[in-house]
Amino acid sequence: MSGHATRRKRLATVWLAGCSGCHMSFLDLDSWLIELAQQADVVYSPIGSDQKEFPSDVDIVLVEGGVANTDNLELLMQVRSNSKVLVSFGDCAITANIPGMRNMLQGSDPVLRRAYLELADGSAQLPDAPGIVPDLLDQVLPVHALVPVDVYLPGCPPSAARIRAVLEPLLNDQQPQLRGSDQIRFG
Amino acid sequence: MSICTLRIDERDVAVAAGSTLLEAIRSAGSSVPTLCHLDGLSPVAACRLCMVELHGSARPVAACVTTVQEGMQVHTATPRLEEMRRTLIEMLFTEGNHVCAICVANGNCELQNLAVRVGMDHSRLPYRFPQRNQDLSHKRFGLDHNRCILCTRCVRVCDEVEGAHVWDVGWRGEHCQIIAGLAEPWGAVDACTSCGKCVEVCPTGALFHKGDSSEEKQGHPERLQALIEARQHQRWQP
Repeated sequence: MSGHATRRKRLATVWLAGCSGCHMSFLDLDSWLIELAQQADVVYSPIGSDQKEFPSDVDIVLVEGGVANTDNLELLMQVRSNSKVLVSFGDCAITANIPGMRNMLQGSDPVLRRAYLELADGSAQLPDAPGIVPDLLDQVLPVHALVPVDVYLPGCPPSAARIRAVLEPLLNDQQPQLRGSDQIRFG
Repeated sequence: MSICTLRIDERDVAVAAGSTLLEAIRSAGSSVPTLCHLDGLSPVAACRLCMVELHGSARPVAACVTTVQEGMQVHTATPRLEEMRRTLIEMLFTEGNHVCAICVANGNCELQNLAVRVGMDHSRLPYRFPQRNQDLSHKRFGLDHNRCILCTRCVRVCDEVEGAHVWDVGWRGEHCQIIAGLAEPWGAVDACTSCGKCVEVCPTGALFHKGDSSEEKQGHPERLQALIEARQHQRWQP
């Protein structure tokens, strides 16, 4: 490891089915973001990079959100195969949380019908644009239900302090140890 | 009063014969997590979180319903018990629909607190996302079955303390749920005195005041203890 320890980390953040609140909380790291930028390159992120394709050789990736549609699933598979440490970032990624509430309707079809037909005001039609609008999966799933996860960072959203408690050890090739109400409480 | 002596986590403890193991554990200064238990209500061992290991017994026992015996050797926090407790909490989270972020009890929830205590940063069990409903027929209170863990505190407090016996557990297996009257809308059950004791002892956001928004529900189990104390000793002024 010593040969790699000094190499700048390649950091990515990904936004699946979530409200982006976890990313907003990431921005709450404020001045520590400057320290972070000295130790890592942000190679893919909706808030820190204009890169459109998920790159290879990513050291640390924060994945926000549940997995709700075919785009989320495809990106997640790419993220997992291109990244060393995958952090399940926030309650939606860990529990499906609010996006997962649609699972209680038992399937994507009842959800689409409710939203686009029953509640429509005059222009009722189901979305149908193959290749443009991704299909909903039958259930919104937590990230670890689909790919192995290395670190769990709960919270809705996790506070900036929690995010830092995960990133600091990872930047030094150490496994974060979160415990106690300040670090692992859901919600 | 006869006394029982036992050993809890390598410490000698003497308690009154007939005490429960949970009482003995607490008097020894140890602590086991509890959820369905509430001082003042009869114990039912529904949640199984207070399970402890007894020397010479392969099966763990629920401390809240086990009577102390002379010479018992009790372990309250072995790795096996810690693992079982975390799994139990994961089962409670995955069995219902617990969305902490938008819950009335967020920040004041005993289930949420216990998840922290057992170190649950994710569930290793798959979420079931069951289809459950709410009962908002009562004029002041609501019941959201999604958040109910069937601890039966509401059933017991209504029966044993209020004497109204509005609540019961209906159906079987995964369809088990708390029912009002004979599975009627809560608001249609005449026996309900609208005292709110069930809401005050509910450990999650399942029972709530209708005005409560997210994070606004505060449980008040201490009011129950004050009432029981007052009734027992006829002392109504604090």
